[in-house]
Amino acid sequence: MARSRCASLYIGRYMGQRLLQAAFVLWLASTLVFFALLLTPGDPAQALLAASGATPEEVIERRAQLGLDDPLPLQYTRYLMDLARGDLGYSWLHGRSVRHMILEQLPPTAELAVAATAVGVVLGLGLGVLAAVYRSTWLDAAATTVAVLGLSTPTYWSGLLAILFFSLRLRWLPSVGEGGLRHLVLPSLVLGFALSGSIARMVRSRVAEVMGTPFVLAARARGIPSRRVIFIHVLRAAVGPALAVTALQFGFLLGGAVVTESVFARPGLGRLAVEAIIWQDLPVVRGVALVGALAYVLVNLASDLAQAWLDPRLRALA
Amino acid sequence: MIVWAAPAHRPLLRQPMTLLALAWLGLVALGVLLAPRLAPAGPSIVDPAHVLLPPGQGNPLGTDFLGRDILARLLWGGRWTLRMGALALMAAVGLGLPVGLAAGSLGGRTDAVLMRLVDALLAFPGLLLALAAVAILGTGLTAVAMAVGLAAAPPYARVVRSIALEVRGQPYVEAARAVGCSPWRIAVRHILPNALPSLIAFAATQLGWILLNGAALNFLGLGVPPGTPEWGLMLADGRGYLRDAPWASVFPGLALTLTVLAANLAGDGLQEALQP
Repeated sequence: MARSRCASLYIGRYMGQRLLQAAFVLWLASTLVFFALLLTPGDPAQALLAASGATPEEVIERRAQLGLDDPLPLQYTRYLMDLARGDLGYSWLHGRSVRHMILEQLPPTAELAVAATAVGVVLGLGLGVLAAVYRSTWLDAAATTVAVLGLSTPTYWSGLLAILFFSLRLRWLPSVGEGGLRHLVLPSLVLGFALSGSIARMVRSRVAEVMGTPFVLAARARGIPSRRVIFIHVLRAAVGPALAVTALQFGFLLGGAVVTESVFARPGLGRLAVEAIIWQDLPVVRGVALVGALAYVLVNLASDLAQAWLDPRLRALA
Repeated sequence: MIVWAAPAHRPLLRQPMTLLALAWLGLVALGVLLAPRLAPAGPSIVDPAHVLLPPGQGNPLGTDFLGRDILARLLWGGRWTLRMGALALMAAVGLGLPVGLAAGSLGGRTDAVLMRLVDALLAFPGLLLALAAVAILGTGLTAVAMAVGLAAAPPYARVVRSIALEVRGQPYVEAARAVGCSPWRIAVRHILPNALPSLIAFAATQLGWILLNGAALNFLGLGVPPGTPEWGLMLADGRGYLRDAPWASVFPGLALTLTVLAANLAGDGLQEALQP
């Protein structure tokens, strides 16, 4: 009884520390964005009014309205307060709220991300365990090759190959556009394959390490069948790191989604970001970058907490 | 056969895949250097009579929608792709190495401040960071290289720091400190040379990431100007003719994939060869 209370105390402290750390990183990241944008040439007021052909007086008036003439500390405080309230400013191109534009484009990207993660985790765990268990055989060579191919193949190439074979030649699936599950199959397979590479490699090296540890030897000495040792004892030790690397690859996943959306002409945050860059619509670029950072930090926070819960040794390190 | 043991070190000469990868990288470098000799007419000869020709006589890899020879464009285009990769890698190492080395060697407050900065940059997904940097820096080869290099620098700094920390604990570093070497001298003359093999291995892996994402920016139309024979952009240009002339996209993609693959394999092999 006393022991478990002790453990939950540790978890509580670890969670608190980890939460503070995540908040700190997010604050630093948004501060970096603020100062990076200060260095950019271009006047927001001018950009906002460029389409309507405003007079210099109107631009000056707008500058005052936007608070661009205020002292820097005031602007910075206002920026942080806005962020805290979830206000990401207004698009220079459309004049619309950036938050609304992002929320609109979020569902298709989230859909792709979830489906691709599922593909990547299943494929990555399978390949990684296969390669590690049959290390230095042709199975290892084959699985490792597939994994490193996943890591090296640009999704904008594998996507085109997938369209070429499955849509244009075999006519099994639609090539581009949105709508329904059928449109999700090829993009999520392509992105999931790219994701599986790093997961498989992590799982392979972790499982290979565990295969040589005394507890595995002990399990085998007790006469437990190989299959059971691998699936129960070894795999359990590999799930934590696989989870961690999947969370770390979430950033890769978001970046990959941008490219994959472009290949398959899907709507989503990727298209929003690319268009915003082409039109120099900096508030939208900033919004997408900040939302990406927020999601990435939160996913890794969740992964770390889940790991601590899975592996009590990590709690003691905190 | 199931292997019940932990992995061991493997010398470079006994890794056929790594040697193959290094050979491919050498071949690409050679092809790119000799492009003016191998394809003296240049990458942009438009030939309306020979549009979208399949691979065959005269055009080993076919022609694109303007009748330009794909092989010639690949050879010349490698110059853009590799120059971008080299520039970006220099930026990543130039930013990441000093920061990571200072943080890992000096420790203390320097370490804390530098690593928080790195953490803040790492909070952004890599490609999104590169995209945001492109939005600020503008388009063109140098801007793309700098953007991708900037995005690759934080992970490099992280790895440099952890290797430096490892080396710092060695007795010879302690000996150098004992005889009164300054912290910077220890960092540059004692820690750096001993960390170098691992740093080179990681740089090769980074090069794979850089080529992949730099070409991605070009593919998205945010990099080199339209019509440039750059592998990512060639891939994008061939998209519209996928049904009738898949070779216009498939070959640039193949060249890029093989090069990234070779960089990744070389990085892995070096890592394995250097493992004690």
